Amino acid sequence: MFEFSSAMLYAAFVLYLLATILFAVSITGKRFKDKSGEEKNRAGILGYAASIAALLSGLTYFVTRWIAVGFAPVSNMFEYMTALGIAMSLAFAIIYPMYKNNYLGLFTMPVVMLIIAYASMFPGEAQPLIPALQSNWLFIHVITTVIGQGILSIGFAAGVLYLVRKIDFTKKSRKVKGIEFIMFSILSLVAYVGIGIGFGAADYTAQFNYVDENAEEAVMDYYLPPLVGPNEGELVSEQGFTPVINTPAFVRSNDLNTVLWSFIGGLVLYGGIRGIGRKPVAASLQPVVKNVNPQTVDEISYRAIAIGFPVFTLGGLIFAMIWAQIAWTRFWGWDPKEVWALITFLFYAAYLHLRLSRGWHGEKSAWLCVIGFALIMFNLVFVNLIIAGLHSYA
Amino acid sequence: MNKVTCECGHQNPYGTYLCESCGKPLQESDEKVANMRYEGVARRSQTYKSSIVDKIWNFFSSVKVGIWIIVLILVTSSLGTIFPQEMYIPPGTTATEYYQEEYGIAGQLYYDLGFHNLYSSWWYMMLIAALGISLVIASLDRFVPLYRALKKQRTTRHTAFMKKQRVFGESEGSLTEEDRTIMKERLKQKRYRVKEENGNLFAEKNRFSRWGPYVNHIGLIIFLIGGMLRFFPGMYLDEYVWIREGEREVISGTNGEYFVENREFMVELYDDQEEDLFQEALTREDNPVVSNFQTSATLYKRPEGIIGDNAELEKVKDHDIRVNQPLTFEGISLYQVDYRLNELSTFTFTVESDTVDLEEDMTFQVDLNDPARYYEFENGYQIELLEYFPNFYIDNNGEPSTQNRVPDNPRIIFELFTPDQDPEAEGTEGELSLIGVRVNEELNGERDHVIRMEDVELVDATGLTVRRDHTLPFLIAGGAIFMVGLIQGSYWHHRRIWIQEKAGRLYVAGHANKNWHALKRDLSFVSENTRLPEAADQLDDEAENEEEVQQKKGGNA
Repeated sequence: MFEFSSAMLYAAFVLYLLATILFAVSITGKRFKDKSGEEKNRAGILGYAASIAALLSGLTYFVTRWIAVGFAPVSNMFEYMTALGIAMSLAFAIIYPMYKNNYLGLFTMPVVMLIIAYASMFPGEAQPLIPALQSNWLFIHVITTVIGQGILSIGFAAGVLYLVRKIDFTKKSRKVKGIEFIMFSILSLVAYVGIGIGFGAADYTAQFNYVDENAEEAVMDYYLPPLVGPNEGELVSEQGFTPVINTPAFVRSNDLNTVLWSFIGGLVLYGGIRGIGRKPVAASLQPVVKNVNPQTVDEISYRAIAIGFPVFTLGGLIFAMIWAQIAWTRFWGWDPKEVWALITFLFYAAYLHLRLSRGWHGEKSAWLCVIGFALIMFNLVFVNLIIAGLHSYA
Repeated sequence: MNKVTCECGHQNPYGTYLCESCGKPLQESDEKVANMRYEGVARRSQTYKSSIVDKIWNFFSSVKVGIWIIVLILVTSSLGTIFPQEMYIPPGTTATEYYQEEYGIAGQLYYDLGFHNLYSSWWYMMLIAALGISLVIASLDRFVPLYRALKKQRTTRHTAFMKKQRVFGESEGSLTEEDRTIMKERLKQKRYRVKEENGNLFAEKNRFSRWGPYVNHIGLIIFLIGGMLRFFPGMYLDEYVWIREGEREVISGTNGEYFVENREFMVELYDDQEEDLFQEALTREDNPVVSNFQTSATLYKRPEGIIGDNAELEKVKDHDIRVNQPLTFEGISLYQVDYRLNELSTFTFTVESDTVDLEEDMTFQVDLNDPARYYEFENGYQIELLEYFPNFYIDNNGEPSTQNRVPDNPRIIFELFTPDQDPEAEGTEGELSLIGVRVNEELNGERDHVIRMEDVELVDATGLTVRRDHTLPFLIAGGAIFMVGLIQGSYWHHRRIWIQEKAGRLYVAGHANKNWHALKRDLSFVSENTRLPEAADQLDDEAENEEEVQQKKGGNA
């Protein structure tokens, strides 16, 4: 069952790729009409069909894994990230029929793929539940939250689509820098996943003896070639080489090394695309989306937020508080994850007020959608992995 | 202030922008589309501006101010997560030292600014209070006039009102009765409520969604009030109790009425030898993974009307307290939060002697949690427990002392009297021994007797949190109302359509508070194959036209 489940996730990934390609064809492919004037380029509807097939495959992964491990598979970083990818495609499946916008598919599907690929960088084997997680509230709270975040993520995809469509790339501006920063971040993530999979397949490990922050001898493993070494590091494995510099003791040097690799990989990808197109990366995308109606995209991003916000609030705050009262004796305890969920809630609340009462439409609204998604990712990745708290389950 | 009379005869409050009844703009504006926010009603904050009360009212009724408050709370909240809050620093450390030692200068600054207790600081409280005030005032300022305006709206609107709607269409001509019937039929099919007046139509649906924001604001206010009630005495109980296995403790907050007994405490681990799905993850972990913390507890109640310690307690129920499964009774919950394994509970000693015949076995037990003072033996020996330090250490003055009452490192000073000594008599001095785990020292010279530790009994202790929270009903009500309001306002949209004939011209206008896309779809559904003119979005700018041009080019290619 467990192997079958994992196979379904691979299948889903391939189908998301297929959906991306079909949506791309629907936009860039030739437009032609048959005698009765019907549009004959059916790639868009096929793309949607592929995304539905991918969603079903993803849901099958989810359900079979649930049966195999005996609890909702949303208990660690791998499982949650994967669920977020699937939830985003679920949200897409709901929103696409309302607007039948193929551009949204072209921008959503790659984000879904990237989220699932990123999830695969975390250990994917089944982990047993610690006592605090042994509750039905695990699936009630987390699944509601992940669906909410998935819908909000559509707002991000539509926001980026809007920005790529509307920003004037002919002159330098902060907007150009901003959208290019988004592109660079996405490419760095692509690089991180690519490099991780590459060296992982090659079974690369370099081992160091080093002195940790408590001045004790310890061992550290690197799964990427060491550009920076640990404090007073000494290579003890056959693989690897002596890095140029060693970091001070308080830095987790193998994590820093991974960040450096992603950054360099991102730079190479970004520089390459920019060099080939001889213009900003987002500007190279602009001709593809020139036919999209900005008003529609603006409304899609707003609809996504308006639909996702109540779901997120219900799962991420209300159900969260109920469970916290049962498991942790108090409904609210200012744990970093709780605080950042509140911040995300306040941010989208501010977005809705700005939009409804202050008329922040179009570009301003699109930027806010991007920032909101950044907050979600920050809470998911940074708060879990860096800031210590009750939610550090990875 | 004077009322403003519109040409339709309706008397509007001073400051009205669009007539409450017919919608005619009462104030000049160059905008292509009328500002339909709050229906153009007169709001107190926009009308009165002189007194202090007005100024405060106006300040807090502003959405701009509200958004600023939200943003301030958002930013300051994030500051509190840079380093842990004081309640999360390791037990036994003091905040004064911890932040500086752990995080250096930044940590010291964090502590000095009070960010280690940010969420209970006076200024954070002020921000939350400001948010509450803003919620009340901003809602009242808008809800009352909006309610009146939506209640009073007329079917036939002023042409100027129609023309200033975002979705609008007009043409020459007139409608037949058949057109009207079809349109009414179609509107009803789309679940609009349709009114007719002199051949003019007004269709409306989902007006209740307009109240969504006010409902959710009420929910938030109730929630904030619930949170505030915590500061009143008696609303909130948060206690902690340690119970050793086999012992029974009174539950605080119950006036000595309820008791809980710890029958057994256990920690269970996942088995990493078992070849199952989890083995790979378990072997990767450095430490064993806990599968269960459990206190098998029994709840007792003192029978009513009987006072005194000796009364038999009545058993209420057995419950296995686990994480996620607290023991709850009469609003009080006992939670599994901590434990201590293998706590020392009893020492067993034997007195031995190489020089004296003791005649019998001299064995005695000392309960480390409640030691007896005197131990007498049939052969006439007496032992007195002179001093007892449950958790021994040498204090700053070089004196022996104890850190607390938990027998983690117990030391006992015994004085032993032989049968021929009278402990009561002045000047009698027995043999003094200082005894602890692997410690046995003579304190006053050579001894004839040795008090040897025979046995040690260990016991597990469980740490339970005792919690009662009378604010929960308010929070639940507030949260539920908030969610209802949020859903009401987010998943339904208020839509209105006006259709009118005047002086040989046809007018159609539509308004939606959000989701214009659906409104436009409804309009084209209604007007299909009728004489009704196409309605267009007056905000669709040149971009749209440019779009169409490109579409055509693409089509020809």
